[in-house]
Amino acid sequence: MDVYVILKLVWAGLLCVLLIGLGLMVGMDMGVGTLLRFVGRTDGERRTALNIIGPHWDGNQVWFILGGGAIFAAFPTLYATSFSVFYVVMIVLLFSMILRPVAFEYRSKVEARLWRASWDWVFLLSGFLPMFVYGAAFGNILQGVGYHFNWTGQYFQDNSFLTYLLNPFAILCGLMAVSLSVMQGGVMLMIRSENPIHDRAQYFAARAGLMAVVLFLAGGVWVRGMSGFVLEQGDPAMPANPMHGQHVSMQAGAWLHNYAAHPVLWLLPLLGVVCMLAEVALVLANRPRMAWWMGLGAWVGTIGTVAASMFPFFMPSTTSPDQSLTIWNSSASQYGLTCMLAVSLVFVPLILCYTSWCYYVMRGKVHTADIVKDTHSY
Amino acid sequence: MDLINPAVVDLSRFQFALTALYHFMFVPLTLGLTFMLAAMETVYVVTGRQVYKDMALFWGKLFGINFALGVATGLTMEFEFGTNWSMYSRFFGDMFGTPLAIEGLMAFFMESTFVGLMFFGWDRLSKPAHLAITYLVALGSNLSALWILVANASMNVPHGAHFDPETLRMTFDSFVGVVFNPDAQAKFVHTSVAGYVAASMFVMGISAFYLLRREHRAFAARSFRMAALFGIFSTVAVITLGDVLGRLDYEHQPTKIAAIEGLWHTSKPPYEPWIVAALPNDAKQESSFEIGVPFVLTPLITHSFDTPITGMIELEDAAAPRIASGITAISALRRYEESHLGADLEVFHAHQNDMGYGLLATRHAPNQDVTAIAPEQLQSVIEQTKPDILPNVFVTFWSFRIMVFLGVFFFVLFAMASYLSLKNQLERNRLFLKLCMWSIPLPVLATEFGWITAEGGRQPWTVFERLPTFMSASTHSMSYMLFSLAGFTMLYSIFIAVELYLMFKFARLGPEAHHQHDDGADPAHLSVVAH
Repeated sequence: MDVYVILKLVWAGLLCVLLIGLGLMVGMDMGVGTLLRFVGRTDGERRTALNIIGPHWDGNQVWFILGGGAIFAAFPTLYATSFSVFYVVMIVLLFSMILRPVAFEYRSKVEARLWRASWDWVFLLSGFLPMFVYGAAFGNILQGVGYHFNWTGQYFQDNSFLTYLLNPFAILCGLMAVSLSVMQGGVMLMIRSENPIHDRAQYFAARAGLMAVVLFLAGGVWVRGMSGFVLEQGDPAMPANPMHGQHVSMQAGAWLHNYAAHPVLWLLPLLGVVCMLAEVALVLANRPRMAWWMGLGAWVGTIGTVAASMFPFFMPSTTSPDQSLTIWNSSASQYGLTCMLAVSLVFVPLILCYTSWCYYVMRGKVHTADIVKDTHSY
Repeated sequence: MDLINPAVVDLSRFQFALTALYHFMFVPLTLGLTFMLAAMETVYVVTGRQVYKDMALFWGKLFGINFALGVATGLTMEFEFGTNWSMYSRFFGDMFGTPLAIEGLMAFFMESTFVGLMFFGWDRLSKPAHLAITYLVALGSNLSALWILVANASMNVPHGAHFDPETLRMTFDSFVGVVFNPDAQAKFVHTSVAGYVAASMFVMGISAFYLLRREHRAFAARSFRMAALFGIFSTVAVITLGDVLGRLDYEHQPTKIAAIEGLWHTSKPPYEPWIVAALPNDAKQESSFEIGVPFVLTPLITHSFDTPITGMIELEDAAAPRIASGITAISALRRYEESHLGADLEVFHAHQNDMGYGLLATRHAPNQDVTAIAPEQLQSVIEQTKPDILPNVFVTFWSFRIMVFLGVFFFVLFAMASYLSLKNQLERNRLFLKLCMWSIPLPVLATEFGWITAEGGRQPWTVFERLPTFMSASTHSMSYMLFSLAGFTMLYSIFIAVELYLMFKFARLGPEAHHQHDDGADPAHLSVVAH
């Protein structure tokens, strides 16, 4: 196989890894944010919940930033087009995301009740909305997006943002992502908190997990009847130019073609469902550490399922299908992909090492009594 | 017909300027304070004196309040290229995305992961281990600045990439060319050291506040001296690197340097004055009320006494043939897109260095299509496009001067502060302490004007001489832009109000009182910074 094709594939794979890392790590923090008002009834309890992820949320959030950066570097056309086509949704995502660092840093710096109560609502909003948009974006790209390019490579939007927001399938996918995040946030709280936070977190994590399973299966049934996209013609080694070089058709049920061709792919949705169920069981059995790792499997299964059905598409266009963005036509140059790969091979393992070390340093239960005394914590 | 709406482009530019300048209100403090925190903690670890830990904790708390907004507003920047500059991102992303992604991998991940341990790890880590973490945070934030400025420099001086007609974008071809872009190196040092100046002024100003109130005197005197010395060295470095940058602009971006100096006509060395103040008029292309110092401009810019600097009118005239050639290049490129004939490609290659100037003519072409310019229209399109090659001279000229005048003021202020602090005469000079306090926001202001000079002076291009700003923006509707602008304005106004409230609150509270007994030294007896 051509080196350029291998690089494109490797980067598509790495993009999946980043999206999984984002869902798992950022999703976990956002789940804690969503749950904050429910697991903590007193101010001390809420501060305890915040300080459980306090030392880590900032580092975790970089998965999100890096997700954006990696798409920019490895698939610039995808970055340029998807972020603009989803403009209003992306801006809403951004507004809710930028409220979060501020909420962490500022919430506990002032004693007033109204002040803290307001920031607690901000945590709910900035935990729920980004994960909802994250999931809904997958729903939207599965259904296809309306855009086309002119000869210079400038994109033009053909659909209103309302079709992306008020869209039942996208809402289902959004709620699915929120469920996974609430489950993972609940599990993290269980690991590092004591009662009463622990039991409340257990209550919500188990229910969120079951909801995730139901939504995941419902989404699968929905996709069966949905109109998917088929790449009829397009050379994987083509120069990355979406304006020509591809022929794409739309067919009902096409998103299951890859599964029909390679039945081994069914292991991915299976992995997702099994891990979600196992996570729920482990939560109920009060084994949160093992449950946490099941969360990894749940995300691998979920993102993997979408990737396997859409391959090689990133963002199909309903109004100009031949200009659909695929792995082949939206990537960076061979030189750019090579450079980025070299840098990633050095730094990704390093990142995983020091992130783990930080969790190790901060291990153990967080006690409400200590938090209330400490003015330096969140 | 898919047309570019100039009003949407203007709003996109306004939004980018707003969010970028707002982001950079918080970045300089982060860049500088991390190193100052590391320095304070080093003294604590070496000497074991509690006052230095108090310093690290207290300034660390203020750092945290500032850092949160830096992170939050940085998220906007990471998104905004895609959400509002789609054509730019597609055209230049192969190259521009790489330094941004490396920034995340190498720097931002490290900074963000360890900043949590820096705040939360005091009791869980040994002293040297915590100190190492603080240094890693400082290193991370500065490496972060390095990669962002590498990316920015590639917009100003696009080294390491060439245009590829097959993909219709700039193709990245030299990592070394991008990283060792001379503009990147000088800009990184100039900008990060400007951050050290801002942090020094911040620490010095708040310390001056305590000295004025005669509170936390030992703490404040130590902090003041450290900041003053850090500040004087940083200011000297900023000015030196600023001079280097001016020279690089002279070599690579003649329109920017001519606009900065308000030079409408080519200079006459050696007499040519450096214009201290003037009122440049962009529409009439002349300046009134010029006040200048003779014999200064030529050596300042060219580091010689006899090299003329090309003026803006002459640069416009020189651009005319490039615009014509660029229009030929774009027309050939479009034909090639449809025909894939070698003959069209050959024409394009012969003119490709001017293709940016062809794109620049887009807004004056019929239906924004340069390929539709009739031969008899060509001359008038070229004449209309010529003035477009210049940035807004009034803005570039004055933002540069405000930055420079402030820089000179900082030099004097830090020099006096260092002298008075080393002589232990601070508390007697209350007026000077007040001046220090009121100067806290000035370095941030100077940095903002620096950015306006650099990026305003880069106009009309997003990628210098390759892609015009006019063509780079996403094709949103007006209502989309008004929605996002309204949201940013509202959120960012709330943020700054909350941030200032907290900063004032915690600065007024001062370092925690119970530690004050650990160190009874009278500030008058301080001899050197680190005992």
